[in-house]
Amino acid sequence: MITDWLDDFFIRALLTGVGIALMAAPMGCVVIWRRMSYFGDTLAHSALLGSVIAYSLSIPPVAGVFLTASTVAVALFIAQRQAYLSNDALLGILSHSALAISLIAIALMPNFRGNLLGFLFGDILTVSAQDVGLVWLALVVAIVALWRIWDQLMVATISRELAATEGSHPERTELAFMLLIAAVIAVSMKLVGVLLITALLIIPAAAARRFARSPEQMAYYAAAIGSVSAIGGLTLSLYLDTPSGPSIVAIALVCFLASLAKPIEA
Amino acid sequence: MPIMNQSPDPILSLSAAGFRSGQRWLVRSVDLSISAGEICTLIGPNGSGKSTTVKMACGVLKPHEGQVWRKPNLSIGYVPQKLAIGANMPLNAVRFMRVGTGSSKRAIDEALELVGLSNHRSRPVHAMSGGEFQRLLIARAIARNPDLLVLDEPVQGVDFSGEIEIYTLINQIRDEKNCGILMVSHDLHIVMASTDTVVCLNGHVCCTGSPSHIINDPAYVQLFGERAAGTLALYTHHHDHTHNDDGSVEACSHDH
Repeated sequence: MITDWLDDFFIRALLTGVGIALMAAPMGCVVIWRRMSYFGDTLAHSALLGSVIAYSLSIPPVAGVFLTASTVAVALFIAQRQAYLSNDALLGILSHSALAISLIAIALMPNFRGNLLGFLFGDILTVSAQDVGLVWLALVVAIVALWRIWDQLMVATISRELAATEGSHPERTELAFMLLIAAVIAVSMKLVGVLLITALLIIPAAAARRFARSPEQMAYYAAAIGSVSAIGGLTLSLYLDTPSGPSIVAIALVCFLASLAKPIEA
Repeated sequence: MPIMNQSPDPILSLSAAGFRSGQRWLVRSVDLSISAGEICTLIGPNGSGKSTTVKMACGVLKPHEGQVWRKPNLSIGYVPQKLAIGANMPLNAVRFMRVGTGSSKRAIDEALELVGLSNHRSRPVHAMSGGEFQRLLIARAIARNPDLLVLDEPVQGVDFSGEIEIYTLINQIRDEKNCGILMVSHDLHIVMASTDTVVCLNGHVCCTGSPSHIINDPAYVQLFGERAAGTLALYTHHHDHTHNDDGSVEACSHDH
């Protein structure tokens, strides 16, 4: 039964889209609270390098992307310990170097060029039943991991020193969160493409902000808005033959703009 | 001769503690000890190592020399300096007190009552005034029922009447909870009125002792000026020189 369903590429796309939206929602909230959206972009840029490496080594793109994204995350984590360059300068260095190196690598591999648009904007037609399984496995792992560090992540976001005096390890928590973002980027690349992954993280969360009265509510609303965007965007893509990633982001943007109608609470 | 605090119940002590950033020592040779029910205040000019000392005491920073001793299982309630929660995080007062602390509802209610924020339970923290948020931070710390309450410049960004309220509150907490209190302050006037021990820092411990002892200590007079010593008046730091762009020192030509 389920396998019959999964024969339909559109069902596979929907399952992937909703799975990623659910995973991205709580993380996107944390990204907004921690002002890390440029960090998401940096990891996404490195994802292109990851796919090139994966292509040349003949390993699955997801593995290549997770490898480069987590390497960049760890590099940034280490680089943050010095005080001479600010975080945004470090991110700028990492993100653009990764992009430059991957573009050079792509130019040297003529066969890869055909896939480039798919990597940049998503290629939902190529989502396999295996990919769906991977997304939902990643979703379960990510939610469990996030659940375990949730409170500590919030205290570390409010104040690292507060977290440290209360006996938690803010740096460890932050590193774990960075690796989770790397995982989300790796599994969502096929759906939205590397250029738009950050949008999937932050736009539904931003749209949820005005309705939320607690951090958890913001995550739940973001999950709902993200799922609606995924389903709406994929439907749009099916009927108008628009690229899947940009369509999902466009629907999320509509949700965000609609949320602005709600007055801000004092 | 300083009166050494032969406290019956020490909960924290630093001995010859020092911390450096790169090659530069931020603070060295710090000795201090706090017992239950004692208020100890760190004073000193900017850059004198007050916050660094506090962070060593709390265990946020590990000293590069000397020792920090904390009573086993000492629980610390920490009120950090300059903390602001932006509007991008939806967090009300009660949730803020519970996150990461696991404080019970009863402890939270009592703490909010004590700091006078009982009617603000569901207010978003980003909408609170500086004084309210500072009291909320104190409430969060005391709801954990700490043995030691540490406050890093608790009245920063708080207006004058709010300041008095907060210092009164800190004394009340000491009386009710009998916890040790370590705080950093700039406000000599109030410090002198409500502290058991003063530790005067300037990269090292200049002098230490009771307020009445401290104000007659030559090191204190040298650091803060005659006027601060003569009366328990408002903190009037002696700005007798300015720094040029190249770091050279220039004597002031005008009176302050």
